[in-house]
Amino acid sequence: MLDTTTQAPDAVPETVMELRGLEREFARKPVLAERLMKLVGKAPDTPSLKAVRSVDFAIREGEVLGLVGESGCGKSTLGRMITGIIPPTGGAVTYQGADISAMKGQALKDFTLGVQMIFQDPYASLNPRQRVGEILAEPLRVHGLATDKADIRRRVDAALTEVGLDTSYRDRYPHQFSGGQRQRIGIARALIVEPSFLVCDEPIAALDVSIQAQVINLFLALRAKRNLTYLFISHDLSVVRHIADRVAIMYLGKIVEMAPAQEIFANPAHPYTRTLLEQIPSVKNRKRHFEAVKGEIPSPHKPPSGCAFHPRCPMATARCRAEAPVTREIAPGRTVSCHLHDAN
Amino acid sequence: MTDTSQQLTGQQALGQQGVGEPVPQRRAPIGDTPQRRAMLKRLKRRPSVKGSLIALFLIVVIGLTLPFFAPQNPYDLTSFSVMDNRLAPGSESFEGTRFLLGTDQQGRDMLSAIFYGLRVSLLVGLVSTGLALVIGVCVGLVAAVMGGRIEAMLMRLVDFILGFPTILVALVMLAMIGRGVDKVILAIVVVQWANYARIMRSAALSERRREYVEAAFNLGYGKPRVMFRHIMPNSLNAVLVVATVQIASAITLEATLSFLGVGVPVTQPSLGLLVASGFDYLMSGDYWISLYPGIALLVLIFSLNLVGDRLRTALDPKRS
Repeated sequence: MLDTTTQAPDAVPETVMELRGLEREFARKPVLAERLMKLVGKAPDTPSLKAVRSVDFAIREGEVLGLVGESGCGKSTLGRMITGIIPPTGGAVTYQGADISAMKGQALKDFTLGVQMIFQDPYASLNPRQRVGEILAEPLRVHGLATDKADIRRRVDAALTEVGLDTSYRDRYPHQFSGGQRQRIGIARALIVEPSFLVCDEPIAALDVSIQAQVINLFLALRAKRNLTYLFISHDLSVVRHIADRVAIMYLGKIVEMAPAQEIFANPAHPYTRTLLEQIPSVKNRKRHFEAVKGEIPSPHKPPSGCAFHPRCPMATARCRAEAPVTREIAPGRTVSCHLHDAN
Repeated sequence: MTDTSQQLTGQQALGQQGVGEPVPQRRAPIGDTPQRRAMLKRLKRRPSVKGSLIALFLIVVIGLTLPFFAPQNPYDLTSFSVMDNRLAPGSESFEGTRFLLGTDQQGRDMLSAIFYGLRVSLLVGLVSTGLALVIGVCVGLVAAVMGGRIEAMLMRLVDFILGFPTILVALVMLAMIGRGVDKVILAIVVVQWANYARIMRSAALSERRREYVEAAFNLGYGKPRVMFRHIMPNSLNAVLVVATVQIASAITLEATLSFLGVGVPVTQPSLGLLVASGFDYLMSGDYWISLYPGIALLVLIFSLNLVGDRLRTALDPKRS
């Protein structure tokens, strides 16, 4: 009995989503003068921003992968590349074994509906001129998932009930709801197309603390009920602690550490993870306020030499300044990119 | 005129109609959000706006029910006589009917001519603004959503058109295609759509960055759907306010063109043409041929501008 329950997660779950060398660079379009100079061959470099720099990881079916990093580290860009809203400038995303940039027809539709997104700002993510019922019915109509009125009505009501809203809210407008309720509407909109994968981009950052727990519980309940896979993006490790199976720590466009959730909280390997953990307010060590990590996050226009974290790292050495660390596996399922772990 | 209660209900009806009217989409909940209702209330509270709304309402009613109001049909050559030409206001005709505002050089009753002229002016203003609005909104939306080369081409075209003085473009166009109500409308549409395109593009660009648009694309909606069902209803406000003011400027433009002799034909006099035809007799003391159509034009444009301007104030969340 005990054996079978522990066996189940070990039975190597299938990889749903895989990122290989994923990169995204944002560049300003050259103005006319710059284009002319380029013709002459004297063009200055147009400034570009590498929001995501070579990210590799895989997300397994049914797991919750927490993606944590300070604001501006590229985690939202990464999430949007996974849902296909932003095309990558390098590398590839594969969904169920197929490259999403090459998808067409039915495969593209399956991917579009199968991978849904929950947005950060519940005040901006719902069309203010549509009633809740229309917001929820539109995807069904557009994709022909339900055609007759009674069926659409039934599924809209079911979606509302599933996220804990009253079915009479159908006829109201988004501005008549609180932030938490709106976020639930956003979740219902994503769920109505029956996705298998949800990218949650800081879904609770804009909510009151009292509401945050409710929405997290909703995510957990939905996961159990629908066997969903999540990429849960957050800037706050304490939020991820409640929900994630595995955690990836992102810094300036790179994944610096990745590990199962318990291990990363018990024994963080990267100095950045350690500083992030120290910032979590807790009752135990009488730390009541959230403090940002010391120092500014460096400009992604001009990333520091060597390890991007060295200007803020308490353990930085000359080597960190000169040489970028490679990502290595320090234990099964644990990767870190830091020179401190080279010796072991 | 004496029944105030009737005027008030009429004014209310117009208030709601006036805002809801130019919205070219179906089932739009634009008319009935609470903010919108509060805005209408604010709008109607101002006395100057009240006056303008009443004036506009009267003008529209007169324009729609002309035969009941106008003593004479100025388009019907048999209904007036040259014998009555240039009679002073209040004088009696050859056959005994009274001309309240006098007659013009062809013996037409000025009051009737003004009523019919108002109708032509309103028709030109509303139709040309409506058409220009539809074209401008579509161009602006397409430019904002498509981006890239399409946007660059469309917006350079807009810059090109806005770079010329409106009156010059309209004059040249009419000189080429001739006179007529339809041609005047065409000329006004050509010079005005670019305004709406530019405003619509900037409004749509800022809406486009909002998360609900991203969500719509994420749900696999096609571009036309996202454009017309999501972005457009949320960026129309700015364009609609400009449109109310632009109706007035379209009417002014038509009056100017007609005054200059390239606008509507003499057989269908608009207010501008009436002013022009009286211009020749102004020095001989027959002031009424130019003066009264001029006053009618003034009242019409003044009330349209006032309503449009107040609408802009009322819609601006920072000043409410």
